[in-house]
Amino acid sequence: MSQENTLTSPVAAQQKSVAELKQIASQVRRDIVRMVHAVNSGHPGGSLGCTDLLVSLYFRIMKHDPSFNMNGEGEDLFFLSNGHISPVFYSVLARSGYFPVSELATFRKLNSRLQGHPATHEHLPGIRIASGSLGQGMSVAIGAAQAKKLNGDASLVYVLMGDGELEEGQVWEAAMYAPHQKVDNLIAIVDRNGQQIDGSTDEIMNLGSLRAKFEAFGWRVLETNGNDFDQLVPTLEEAGKLSGQGQPTMILMDTQMGFGVDYMMGSHKWHGVAPNDEQLEKALQQLLVEQASDY
Amino acid sequence: MKDFPYTESKDTRSGFGVALHELGKTNPNVVALTADLTGSLKMDAFKKDFPERFFQVGIAEANMMGIAAGLTIGGKIPFTGTFANFSTGRVYDQIRQSIAYSGKNVKICASHAGVTLGEDGATHQILEDLGMMKMLPHMTVINPCDFNQTKAATLAIADYEGPVYLRFGRPVVPNFTPADQKFEIGKAVLLNEGADVSIFATGHLVWKAILAGHLLAAKGINAEIINIHTIKPLDAQAILASVRKTGCVVSAEEHQMNGGLGDSIAQLLAREEPLPLEMVAVNDSFGESGTPDQLMEKYGLMENDIVAAVEKVLTRKAK
Repeated sequence: MSQENTLTSPVAAQQKSVAELKQIASQVRRDIVRMVHAVNSGHPGGSLGCTDLLVSLYFRIMKHDPSFNMNGEGEDLFFLSNGHISPVFYSVLARSGYFPVSELATFRKLNSRLQGHPATHEHLPGIRIASGSLGQGMSVAIGAAQAKKLNGDASLVYVLMGDGELEEGQVWEAAMYAPHQKVDNLIAIVDRNGQQIDGSTDEIMNLGSLRAKFEAFGWRVLETNGNDFDQLVPTLEEAGKLSGQGQPTMILMDTQMGFGVDYMMGSHKWHGVAPNDEQLEKALQQLLVEQASDY
Repeated sequence: MKDFPYTESKDTRSGFGVALHELGKTNPNVVALTADLTGSLKMDAFKKDFPERFFQVGIAEANMMGIAAGLTIGGKIPFTGTFANFSTGRVYDQIRQSIAYSGKNVKICASHAGVTLGEDGATHQILEDLGMMKMLPHMTVINPCDFNQTKAATLAIADYEGPVYLRFGRPVVPNFTPADQKFEIGKAVLLNEGADVSIFATGHLVWKAILAGHLLAAKGINAEIINIHTIKPLDAQAILASVRKTGCVVSAEEHQMNGGLGDSIAQLLAREEPLPLEMVAVNDSFGESGTPDQLMEKYGLMENDIVAAVEKVLTRKAK
């Protein structure tokens, strides 16, 4: 508790180096496994897989202000559609200065602002919409992006979805709408980890070629490795440069569920299961930070 | 029994359309969305004069609700327009999570509610919308009775911060409320003072209650008639003041008995002032094809149905 926000520099734009991003990502992963362990619930697998993305966005790519106002004028906005990976969202928001890191200890507990899935009604800074019931985030992000256009605000809107989430029909309503309306200040990202609760996406509902699908809908499609900053950061930078050219951009981001903790990697079994005491210790031994500042 | 003169009959949806266009001129933050029903919702004038603030979403109501929620994040005041069925049941989870739970300032404007939609039949005649919407925490639910009141309500909700469900309909009905009325959300409107029975009506049934009031007066029954245009928050004070005077109650609405206005009044009476209540509403049934008048008659929503309910409740009233 003594070293709150040690990784924070609460200014509009952060331009961390890849080496710094790696350190922050390890700290965030430590937060994730400790948060879910503390309440024996929550979703570590997808959180660990998407850590590098959220760290890249909040510590390098996005212009944003941790003092937080809901409308976010002049700021890049991020929406988490697959709300169950709230641990990574909360940790990254806290570590980038939106609220005290010590508050991560309240995750999923009674009277907490850190609900199991992100919510706005407790006014947690950094959260602009509730999510958890899947398939809704891209529509919300489109609305926020169109409001920016009406306001003459040139900043960007990012939305992250799970790959299993693409089975929801509303995603395809939104996927049809965004190119038609030329929502070119929108960057959507699919966490393509190939896993969902009941098994692999190949087995449960084969997604086929997502590139072909989104291109057919009129999106510009990029692909990247979401667990390699040397590929991920340039892809995000490229997506930013492609904005304003009449098309929304979709990043198909390959990740490994549970990335960073060997026994969780690549399996749907850690979608919604917390580690026990022994497993937590093992995870923390693998998630090393030069100067750990655990809450 | 007071008279309620009117010079013309108009549809409530047109009151919405006129007010939306007016809001386009007076409030630059107002934006409008539709799911392929611009004309049915009378949104053409807004679309024509404010094209950059008009969003055609196509037949994709779930996406429309999400986009509306997102637009509020840029300070916009979105008015969504589609049929009541597609404004509620079809998108309940989207409204619940992205609008109500998230506290977004979206105005869900719903036309063609109830059996007066007519010939299209039960697939489109939603009779459960008030119930679904009033169950959502923090949702305001409004069901005005005529063109003027729908217009006034549409203007009023733009100035209110928070999610609102505004319900109106397709048929033309007598336009009898004042053109210059000030619409107060959550405030019941006393139409006729009476001592024998309280009739609480909402939406299209308000005019039917007035017709019933005349029939009752001819029988020597003096009915108090109150327009409950806001289902939630319910004007408990006005309702209780009236029933304490009259001692018995009739509710009237174009909605299922379960979950509607009568259900809200029953809860209030049970908690505060247990008194006999009869409900004029659709009783656990879907609608069907037919003309609006035929359907109102078949489903027991006419003035004579209100009269019968009054006569019944009077027999239950404490002597």
